Amino acid sequence: MSVEVYGIRHHGPGSARALARALAARRPDIVLIEGPPEADPLLPLAADPALVPPIALLAHTPDTPGPAAFWPFAAFSPEWTALRHALASGVPARFIDLPAAHTLAPNPPDTAPQTTTTEEDADGTSTRRASDAATRAAATGDDASSSESAEPARAQRGRPGVGESGAHGVGGSGAQGVRGSGAPGVGESGAPGVRGSGAHGVRGSGAPGVGESGAPGVRGSGAPGVRGSGAHGVRGSGAPGVGGNGAHGVGGRGAPGVGGSGVQGGWVGSAGSGEGGMEGVLGDPLGVLARAAGYEDAERWWDDVIEMRGEEDPFAAVAEAMGALREGYAASGREERREAWMRQAIRKAVREGYERVAVVCGAWHVPALREKVPASSDAAVLRGLPKVKVAVTWVPWTYGRLTRASGYGAGVASPGWYDHLFTAPDRPVERWLTATARVLREEGVPVSSGHVIEAVRLAEALAVLRGRPLPGLDELTEATRAVLCEGADLPVALVQRRLVVGERMGAVPESTPMVPLQHDLRAAQRRLRLKPAAEKKDHTLDLRKPLDLDRSRLLHRLRVLDVEWGSPAGAERGKGTFKETWTLLWHPEFDVRLIEAGAWGTTVEEAARARVVAAATATKPPDLPELTALAERCLLADLPAALPVVMRALADRAAADRDTTRLMAALPPLARSLRYGDVRGTPVAPLRAVVDGLVVRICLGLPGAASTLDDDAARALLALVDTVHETLALLDVPEHTDRWLASLSALADSPSLHGLLAGRLTRLLLDAGRVTDLPARMSRTVSVGTPPERAAAWIEGFLSDSALILIHDDALLSLLDSWLGALPPSSFEAALPLLRRTFARFAAPERRALATRARRPATAPASDDDLDLARAAPAVATVLSLLAPSGIAPKEPR
Amino acid sequence: MGEVLRPHAEQEYAAELGRLAELDDRPRPPGWKLSPWAVTEYLLGGELSDGTVITPKYIGPRRLIEVAVATLATDRALLLLGVPGTAKTWVSEHLAAAISGDSTLLVQGTAGTPEEAVRYGWNYARLLAEGPSPQALVESPVMRAMRRGAVARVEELTRVPSDVQDALITVLSEKTLPVPELNTEVQAVRGFTVIATANDRDRGVNELSSALRRRFNTVVLPVPASADDEVEIVSQRVAQLGRALELPEPTTGLAEIRRVVTVFRELRAGLTEDGRTKVKTPSGTLSTAEAISVITGGIALATHFGDGVLHPADVAGGIHGAVVQDPVSDRVIWQEYLETVVRERPDWGDFYRACREVSA
Repeated sequence: MSVEVYGIRHHGPGSARALARALAARRPDIVLIEGPPEADPLLPLAADPALVPPIALLAHTPDTPGPAAFWPFAAFSPEWTALRHALASGVPARFIDLPAAHTLAPNPPDTAPQTTTTEEDADGTSTRRASDAATRAAATGDDASSSESAEPARAQRGRPGVGESGAHGVGGSGAQGVRGSGAPGVGESGAPGVRGSGAHGVRGSGAPGVGESGAPGVRGSGAPGVRGSGAHGVRGSGAPGVGGNGAHGVGGRGAPGVGGSGVQGGWVGSAGSGEGGMEGVLGDPLGVLARAAGYEDAERWWDDVIEMRGEEDPFAAVAEAMGALREGYAASGREERREAWMRQAIRKAVREGYERVAVVCGAWHVPALREKVPASSDAAVLRGLPKVKVAVTWVPWTYGRLTRASGYGAGVASPGWYDHLFTAPDRPVERWLTATARVLREEGVPVSSGHVIEAVRLAEALAVLRGRPLPGLDELTEATRAVLCEGADLPVALVQRRLVVGERMGAVPESTPMVPLQHDLRAAQRRLRLKPAAEKKDHTLDLRKPLDLDRSRLLHRLRVLDVEWGSPAGAERGKGTFKETWTLLWHPEFDVRLIEAGAWGTTVEEAARARVVAAATATKPPDLPELTALAERCLLADLPAALPVVMRALADRAAADRDTTRLMAALPPLARSLRYGDVRGTPVAPLRAVVDGLVVRICLGLPGAASTLDDDAARALLALVDTVHETLALLDVPEHTDRWLASLSALADSPSLHGLLAGRLTRLLLDAGRVTDLPARMSRTVSVGTPPERAAAWIEGFLSDSALILIHDDALLSLLDSWLGALPPSSFEAALPLLRRTFARFAAPERRALATRARRPATAPASDDDLDLARAAPAVATVLSLLAPSGIAPKEPR
Repeated sequence: MGEVLRPHAEQEYAAELGRLAELDDRPRPPGWKLSPWAVTEYLLGGELSDGTVITPKYIGPRRLIEVAVATLATDRALLLLGVPGTAKTWVSEHLAAAISGDSTLLVQGTAGTPEEAVRYGWNYARLLAEGPSPQALVESPVMRAMRRGAVARVEELTRVPSDVQDALITVLSEKTLPVPELNTEVQAVRGFTVIATANDRDRGVNELSSALRRRFNTVVLPVPASADDEVEIVSQRVAQLGRALELPEPTTGLAEIRRVVTVFRELRAGLTEDGRTKVKTPSGTLSTAEAISVITGGIALATHFGDGVLHPADVAGGIHGAVVQDPVSDRVIWQEYLETVVRERPDWGDFYRACREVSA
């Protein structure tokens, strides 16, 4: 019987390669991997060729939507290598980390009651956010603090073990970051350092506690003898989360040697400094060692220092380094429980009679797992852990989500590069630069093989200059910039996105456990030939085609479920009603939202419908504009069954709403929906009924809404009147139009109406042919009895931002002109600013034409008498035939 | 014979280069006087094992110099791009001095640079008297560099007419220069390479053909990243120039330097350093090099006509001249800047008055 513990670096291709070699040599009869044991039944799926990394294990609590955790795996992840090795050689593989049932469980009641309450408050309102954050994959990392500090690991815990010690910081941070509570965690914990770091790291954003705890860390790491780590500590302190860790380094560590403690502090610090994101404390002990050795990239350091040592077993060296790092350090809190659980799992495997046990875990845990601890003390640590029901499944992941920039604490900077390192059979430098050249060529940058040759030479020369055995990503990027891109930065950024990060997305087989909703969506995706991808893609759908119509419905329904896979591109409401443009981009967290939405129904349609109905009938009913938006979505998503409910809610709401302006605002989207209905073949009868009711109410309520308004209110109402008017013109229902115009003309004559509105109503009526006595009205308005301010407002409303009518109607212009000329100086001064504002809106040519006319107003009006009708007739006929098919032609052509 | 006005880099820093060569135990590429590591150290500064301090010649990202040195070490040609005044020529001179010990193999690119400057010319008296002969041949700096395995420098490559630029293609790809008149050729000795500089502000004067472009590795020299870097560059150069011109160092130098650098940076970026106010950008380049000459000019004024202390009045004239290149539009921009930015700053009263006086 022997137990071998392999300390790896999460998502490190160097680790993965070394691990593959070591496992092949040792041929273990069981492989134990750091990961949630609930996933054990899913392990055989990893042998399925349809399961393509990057993928992630998703643990969620089916009963209470919200908490979720991810454990991502890329092809180059050592855990994945271990898993594939076990499956290929037919030996059992098990996950041995603390079960997600415990990590996702709410906190035990005995800790920090005050935070627990805050917690609940927060939970009530922020389930969504928590899960979102989880998906954001802040996820990662185990958190030392979460359960202690009363953080029900609702937050994402991430890939446990990712960064071991760092990891605990991370998780904690995730947890608190989401919740915003958690300061108490610091105080309580026995080992303030450790937990403190987690808590602070999280809050990252500058809670005062951070600074304090950070300071000692920084100073500690500055201890002489540890130049590298000192540097890190300092750098780390830049990110608030770091500070906390630094503290942990110093305080918890007890400083058994300057070097050691310095490194530790530094390590945490540097982890935090990572990319300065929310990861606060990224657990990357190997990264710290690498940085201490002057390397920016831990992979590069691993390759240079560990793998280049030849056949020597790197794991022994790593274990030794970690042992030195952890000297005098006692795990506590969640980390302690995790390590206890892992030890128990190893004991269990040994008891079951396995001879050669291989344990694959984050390097940080190696010393703890090798340590001789009595089983009884581990059992004591694990007693009475809170538990929650957890479901686990595989979900597709993307390289973008593996990057640190995405908020994934144990993320790596360059998944694409690591993938390349892992998969390239040989000559990684040449292959990489060739691939770069291909990407650049695809984007139209002319790059020849000659360029590639020179880039390889430059990269190699740089590597030599920097004393590195092989060019790494830094050298390759610089060679790419200097040779392939000829100094330009833009193509370099392109390479960064397409290659260094990569746009790869994983896939999971049919047999993966899924909620029925996911199955339904996959079936729909297949049927509609829409493949989820991690790359943005535009689709233009022609709604007259059944396939495209179905696609559009699916995307709209998913939007109802908060799965914004497609976002309408460009103008959401284009001129045409039969074309839609969508931008499709799949994010891994959509799977979580689907799982959550699984509560609403088993198919996308059903779930969307249930969601809409629930929203419409919520106890606190949404207001009118929300309801109309809901109705519109209902139509777009083709949910006829939900429509009556929404309509009823809408009708009730409209009946109860006394505010006519709200009714007016609600009308346009509904009318738009009516028009869409035709193209989409949705039954619109209930909608029509609601619209009819709205129009009647608006017409009745308008006089009330329009009385005694100040300038601002009048202006606001003016905009609404305009849109309603346009909407009714679009709807083209004679009954509505008549009613509307009638109420307008009644209103326009009211002397108490605001001048702006009176002017605009007159204009609308004039355009509709309902005003015959315009000169009389105008002269009434501008006569001496009317205050000049009102006259000016009337003119503004009447002209409605265009001087055309004045240019073409000399009678009106001369009326206006004589009014202006006759104004006494004091009134002129009062009216001038208003008129100035009105005229300033006109286009420059209009103003010029107006001025020309105003200069000689007495000229005879141009007469139409000399038109040669015979010659004009063919032109008129052609114009009419052009207009006719689209239905724009006037009903009675003259 | 009097002292030269401006010694070449290899003369001025002969002591540093000598120490570097003595202590340099790394492998040197063929034809190189120093190893690539030592060249990098010479450019970026540092302290040698015997305590000799190497002054930094270039203040900026280390990786740029590393890429440049690695390029030359692979006997590729190096193209230094950048807006005027970003130390392109300076870097090229020091690279040549460190690598070949000779920075004088220089072709200055102008619109009138003839092909002879890149290839070879003839001593016509001899040519007529003796016919074509090696003695009648007048070598260009490039040809000499090829014979000696040294670094040739081409300044302002984009100003050179295209046909003359193309004469470089054979040199760079075949590493040979045929002389058909003598039925012979000059083959480059190892160590030969070319450092060209080009200004990417007026790109398109004579844009490089892609055939030529592809024979260069390109390094873009940026304007200094931070105000502190720039102040450092300016004060260091001013101190050196001051020494060369035997100007005593005035006392309030640094404050005034910082002010000039701030003005230049703000006008160049179109934004004040605090990021709150937008300003218009004048037509001039306002490079670090110009800031250096403004300060040097100010020091000369202060020394010879003032009290030896650098006052705002001493630099005001220089700044005005550097900013106002176009007498109409730049003048307006400069006055706007004075009235809206300079005037508001509490400690800048003297400077504001001095500038007003000059521009009035």
